[in-house]
Amino acid sequence: MGRPTTTQDTVRDASEHSLPSWVLSHLALIMRGAGRRWRPGIERREELMFYLLISPWIIGFVVFIAGPMLSSLYLSFTEWDLLQPPQWVMLDNYVTMLFRDPLFWHSLKVTLFYTVGTVLLGTTGSLLLASLLNQSIRGVSVYRAVYYLPSVISGVAVAHLWRMVLNPEFGLLNLGLSFLGIQGPGWLADPQWALPSLILISLWGVGGGMIIFLAGLQAVPRQLYEAAEIDGAGRWACFWNVTLPMLSPIILFSLIVNTIDSFQVFTQVYVLTGGGPANATNVYALYLYQNAFRFFKMGYASAMAWGLFFMILAVTVLQLKVAPRWVHYEAE
Amino acid sequence: MYSTSFWESKRNRERLAHLAVHGILIIGSFLVLVPLVWQVLSSLKDVGQIFLFPPRWIPNPVRWSNYVGIFELMPFGLYAFNSTFITVSNIIGYMLSCTIVAYAFARLRARGKAVLFVLVLSTMMLPQQVVMVPLFVLFRLLGWIDTFKPLIVPSFFGNAFLIFMLRQFFMTIPRDLDDAAKMDGCGVLGILRHVILPLSGPALATVAIFGFLWHWNDFLFPLIFLSSEENKTLQLGLAGVLRQVYGDGVGRWDLLMAASTVVMLPPLLLFVFAQRYFLEGIAVTGLKG
Repeated sequence: MGRPTTTQDTVRDASEHSLPSWVLSHLALIMRGAGRRWRPGIERREELMFYLLISPWIIGFVVFIAGPMLSSLYLSFTEWDLLQPPQWVMLDNYVTMLFRDPLFWHSLKVTLFYTVGTVLLGTTGSLLLASLLNQSIRGVSVYRAVYYLPSVISGVAVAHLWRMVLNPEFGLLNLGLSFLGIQGPGWLADPQWALPSLILISLWGVGGGMIIFLAGLQAVPRQLYEAAEIDGAGRWACFWNVTLPMLSPIILFSLIVNTIDSFQVFTQVYVLTGGGPANATNVYALYLYQNAFRFFKMGYASAMAWGLFFMILAVTVLQLKVAPRWVHYEAE
Repeated sequence: MYSTSFWESKRNRERLAHLAVHGILIIGSFLVLVPLVWQVLSSLKDVGQIFLFPPRWIPNPVRWSNYVGIFELMPFGLYAFNSTFITVSNIIGYMLSCTIVAYAFARLRARGKAVLFVLVLSTMMLPQQVVMVPLFVLFRLLGWIDTFKPLIVPSFFGNAFLIFMLRQFFMTIPRDLDDAAKMDGCGVLGILRHVILPLSGPALATVAIFGFLWHWNDFLFPLIFLSSEENKTLQLGLAGVLRQVYGDGVGRWDLLMAASTVVMLPPLLLFVFAQRYFLEGIAVTGLKG
């Protein structure tokens, strides 16, 4: 209102209406821009101001992100133990990683198992809890607080707590199980149960996802449920045909973010098991850390880091590719 | 007139369903809280009473002295100071940098802004491990290893998540207010100072909260960048205690539980009193932080 409109504004307004107008308005913009050499003083100043204000982030990006990424790429083609100068070995690290290091594949397997377990169970649990919470009218804020509580507590303290809880002889979990007549396993000490124990610990934080889904559930318009009820839909049908589709964008987002996070799991493993017993919980991030700061194979660790980057990228792209089959966007 | 059985009455079925929902939620809450309750109770027990079968819940006698004992377990005061210093410095850094950058993205127009914003968002997905080694090398070159600098300086250059969140928030402030300020003679920075910031109390509180949580609970980076005793943080201290606790078989689990409880306390208290800001931050960005 009273603000001078620019061509960009016009384009934005027009392009919201239809595809043809989108094309035409962008064409107009390109043609108009092609002939111009200068921009009005105000716009120019605003632009300069913009770049000035975001310069801290740009500098930070170059120094703490882009720079390190590039040097990490360079390092991955070298062998370096920090004492002598890096030695160029070309693709040697990658060859070793893929073909001569069984621990690489093992740690990858462990990480994948952990990720799939955590993400699937966690998302299902969060969704379930959010649905239940959405129905109860009283005490929502209390339940919300209780379930979210574990998410604010740190990795190390949580690790110590669970080490106690999972103690095979005196821990809470096995004590509770013995009440039900079940003999609990060795949990963290048992190679078969160590990884599931870690997944269990991550499930304790299920409230984090629950909050996000709860917000999404509350945003589903009532009319949809009413329409479904008129059509004779029961509880389950409502959930399957109204709730899930409306929530699917949030579920997708949650899946992607949680997968990325799970791939990088480190603190719990480092403190609780150190990768054992017998490498049962040697996750990728831990093995990477060991290569860098215990074996001082900086080059190899860098290769592993880039491997991780590409894996995460690939998995994310995969998730996005499969998405259109089940994700429903209301705006379309 | 016909009589319906208990089950046929719709109202009864709904009441039952309602009870079932509450029941499940309560059981879930119980499962979630029990470990924490157990931890606090154990922290007040005599060390010999922690590992008993059948388990003993209520400590007798109640050893408040355990909370004094945490200072013999590790240099608790020193570690607490370090953690606090690092955390507070980071919060200041985020406040200074993220507000400016987010303001630019929210209010100013420029070529390439959209591309840059996508770039900012994409850095949120970067695994820490990819930059971990070169950052170590960089800081080693600068002589910053075993100081607090690697842990504090980056926050003065912004953070993608916080920039995103602040930008979303700033965009909800009506532009009319900007125009009013412009008419009063405010320039770009003036608008930030007189219009945007005064209205951003809740968002800034949320920035402080997330910043606090991340750095109070941070483990990997302190692990890499700090080495000497006097620089360690609480998280490192807690992790290092394990050798002592297991070492000679007489584990001071009581002291460890007390220390853990104390370390957990600030985030917990923060959450209890500032719940609203947590939830708003999550709602605005859709991320757990």
